[in-house]
Amino acid sequence: MSDSKDLLRAPFELAYNYKRSNGPVMSKFFEALGEQKILGTKSSAGKVFSPAAEFDPETHESLKEIVEVGPGGAVESFSWIETPQHHHLIKEPFAFALIKLDGADTCMLHMVANCNEADLSIGSRVTANWSEVQEQRITDIKFFTLEK
Amino acid sequence: MSAEDTPKDYSESPINLEYFYTAGSATTRFLNQVKEGNIVGQACPKCKAVYVPPRGSCPRCGVATDIEVPLTDKGCIESFTVVHIPIPGNPIVPPYVCAMIRLDGANISFLHLIQEVDIEQIRIGMRIQAVWKPKEEWTHSLENIKWFAPIDEPDIDVATLRFQEL
Repeated sequence: MSDSKDLLRAPFELAYNYKRSNGPVMSKFFEALGEQKILGTKSSAGKVFSPAAEFDPETHESLKEIVEVGPGGAVESFSWIETPQHHHLIKEPFAFALIKLDGADTCMLHMVANCNEADLSIGSRVTANWSEVQEQRITDIKFFTLEK
Repeated sequence: MSAEDTPKDYSESPINLEYFYTAGSATTRFLNQVKEGNIVGQACPKCKAVYVPPRGSCPRCGVATDIEVPLTDKGCIESFTVVHIPIPGNPIVPPYVCAMIRLDGANISFLHLIQEVDIEQIRIGMRIQAVWKPKEEWTHSLENIKWFAPIDEPDIDVATLRFQEL
């Protein structure tokens, strides 16, 4: 058996682009992000999904009613990233958080930045910060910050 | 994406994975030889099956394949696919042939490219030989072989390619 230090080791990179079909509901959601608005869909029982869902996962009802939610919300859960890696979009310590936007009954996964870990807790009020350029992508929301 | 594409029907979803591959001791020995232009398989001490590329153990007998077996760069086509659909980023222009290559003396095959061939003529059992890159370009990779090309030798009897029971 070779000494492990003699073993060959090489970096590999697997990268590719693909196009994802957004469908009728998510298309509206992304379009609205380009106008700095966050949309959700409302079920007949009054439950609001944001990010907008095409179907209610429990009742399988097709969701067509569009409502605007946010831009403020509350942190439901979060993971603090003390040492961002090269693929993270934020280079300073930040949190990935599940954010329940005002008017919504479900959570959106996004980032909370410009704060310390100690400032953040479940229930913290946050608000969307918009990117300089809108591309109709989820990154049109640059990140969330604590409400002043 | 152009402005005419609104409403946004598609999203670009880039995937990017970076990782380190660590070759085990068997693959390290194999690739060190490949860098020198040699193809060295490994044989099972029990059933004598020769594996190239070697993975270090015989899946049939569960023992280490510690017998090194130098092989030539000649063999035959065990199986092949004619690729007609272009893959984005792939510099090879279709149609081209990917084949499982069974080197002489080996009991398993590996995937490589076939070139310098009339696609109408390609067949299982066809004799082929490696076409190597210039020596100064050799690395620890089977890409040292540019592709395999047909040679003027009689086909292998297809029956000899079948799985050999112990």
